[in-house]
Amino acid sequence: MNTVATAVSARAKKLSQRRKYELLTRGLGWDTTYQPMDKAFPFDTFEGIKIHDWDKWEDPFRLTMDAYWKYQGEKERKLYAIIDAFQQNNGQFNVSDARYINTLKLFLTGISMAEYASHHGFALAGRNLRGVSARIACQMQAIDELRHAQTQVHTISQYNKFFNGMHNPAYMHDRVWYLSVPKSYFEDAMTAGPFEYITAISFSFEYVLTNLLFMPFMSGAAFNGDMATVTFGFSAQSDESRHMTLGLEVVKFLLEQDPGNVPIVQKWLDKWFWRGYRLLTLVAMMMDYMLPRRVMSWAEGWEEYFEKNGGALFNDLARYGIRMPKYHDVARKEKTRLSHEAWGIFYNYTHAANFHTWVPEPKEMDWLSQKYPDTFDKLYRPRLEYWREQQKAGKRFYNKTLPLLCQVCQIPMGFTEPDDPTKICYRETEYKGDKYHFCSDGCKDIFNDEPEKYVRSWLPVHQIYQGNCFRPGTDPTAPGFEPLKEVLQYYGFHDGMDNGEFLDSPDRYNWEKWTSKSAVAGDRP
Amino acid sequence: MSVVAKEPGYTSEVRDRVENFHGQQLLYIGWDNHLMYSNPLCIPVAPDMPFSMLPTKILPDLYDLHPDMAKVDWKKVEWLRDGKSFTPDMNESVAGNGFGHKSVLRFATPGLNGLDGRCI
Repeated sequence: MNTVATAVSARAKKLSQRRKYELLTRGLGWDTTYQPMDKAFPFDTFEGIKIHDWDKWEDPFRLTMDAYWKYQGEKERKLYAIIDAFQQNNGQFNVSDARYINTLKLFLTGISMAEYASHHGFALAGRNLRGVSARIACQMQAIDELRHAQTQVHTISQYNKFFNGMHNPAYMHDRVWYLSVPKSYFEDAMTAGPFEYITAISFSFEYVLTNLLFMPFMSGAAFNGDMATVTFGFSAQSDESRHMTLGLEVVKFLLEQDPGNVPIVQKWLDKWFWRGYRLLTLVAMMMDYMLPRRVMSWAEGWEEYFEKNGGALFNDLARYGIRMPKYHDVARKEKTRLSHEAWGIFYNYTHAANFHTWVPEPKEMDWLSQKYPDTFDKLYRPRLEYWREQQKAGKRFYNKTLPLLCQVCQIPMGFTEPDDPTKICYRETEYKGDKYHFCSDGCKDIFNDEPEKYVRSWLPVHQIYQGNCFRPGTDPTAPGFEPLKEVLQYYGFHDGMDNGEFLDSPDRYNWEKWTSKSAVAGDRP
Repeated sequence: MSVVAKEPGYTSEVRDRVENFHGQQLLYIGWDNHLMYSNPLCIPVAPDMPFSMLPTKILPDLYDLHPDMAKVDWKKVEWLRDGKSFTPDMNESVAGNGFGHKSVLRFATPGLNGLDGRCI
């Protein structure tokens, strides 16, 4: 028994939370003696981060394991009681209209699986950091993320009984073209060192950008009558606030430990701001197009949560020598077009997605005009109205050719020049005789900084053309071979059910049959 | 810059090298000022395919749903190869016109700039 433990047993039984935390994070740690510490923790030095005193790492919540289990257990009990009630009341039919369900498909396949990836990454970071309190913080966050993925799957599974496209999210996550966006984001972080991982996820994502993820989904859910999602949202939200606080703590700790850490951290903030912002493209289109009852526009969300709150945060970090992330000005310029460009991409390729797209109803377009007075009527409304006409004439527009993808963010290159919303932004670099293409200067810089890493990106379009996205035994040379049909099989999609235009979908038909309500009601855009 | 890695000299496989495409190479295609097609396209082509196949067959087929496509006067089209303007030799192949693996072919159709000239 070590001296700290002996001291504890001799003292009074009841310890303060602070004392318990100290014992957990200081008293239980030890330095290895049979093997050098550098061999036991081989991954926490190569990134160039210098830590002089791990004891300066303080978890602001000072959570201990016993307290953690108690809080989380209570949350779980409440959550599952509400889900039971939701199921018994057929709550899935009380949402604003059937189009709303598509936000859940996007969430379940895109975000719940990203939560699982985040769990994986924190478990890895926890193993690789030699500071005890940092390891415990990573461990708890790893369990949180696992819980989030589980509760989301359990909640949304009720919807799976009634609606198409959410039958196999984990399988889809590893294969489907647009899901390579969140998947590659986390794999990029996970294959960096542990310090870059926690800076990327805890700070850049959780602290700087998470409000733009959870706020729109959860208030969107509440606004659209989806109480099940609101419930897991609240259950996760209390963890998120802990993660956010930790994210800020991480960055301050790194910056205070050594002046040499500052430029490394700045580089990570630049990179992961841009990676996170590009990932949020999916959220932007969800806010402006997929919620039948809208909460706020993407542009408003960006102004509130990034320009205002993020601006204040970076002012605060200026004393460490940290500046705003590179290309935040580009994000500002893009805010009045991001969601429209994204919805355009998914409208083009919804025949290869597991959720439906549609043209907004006239009053929804009026809402978009009002929120985007400088861009919507000029650039996007005429396209949507043309698509609507074509669809009414039985000629629904689908783009039958696979897109050029950005080598880094993996999103089809539908983004436009920062200063001209009518011109596609093409960026290119050559590395060891091969060409690489990017949607933006942000993604191009990330590649140029570490080309060895991104030359191996698994780009879904290229993988299809290489013949790697067919089921085993498929013969692409057989007569009448239809590549798209085969790719959809490989994705596990049911062609004609999970994909394509909402108005032509079984989801719409079933909703109207089962509820006698319009599937495109969205009474309050 | 090069990657920050635990082992010095880290490199990784180039996943999309031309050898992986079964004798074909990738060609990216963009029609300027036509954002009905939300992004540039990607197709595999044989490097020795005659370039003339593009204006006569491939491009009209890729963009057949755009009402401007039927009106294109291919003699007036402005071509860009990897971002720079060029004049294709219609008797030459794709490779003979300087298109390598993952090159970008852009074309502009003066006077035809999308629905109502709105770049859609």
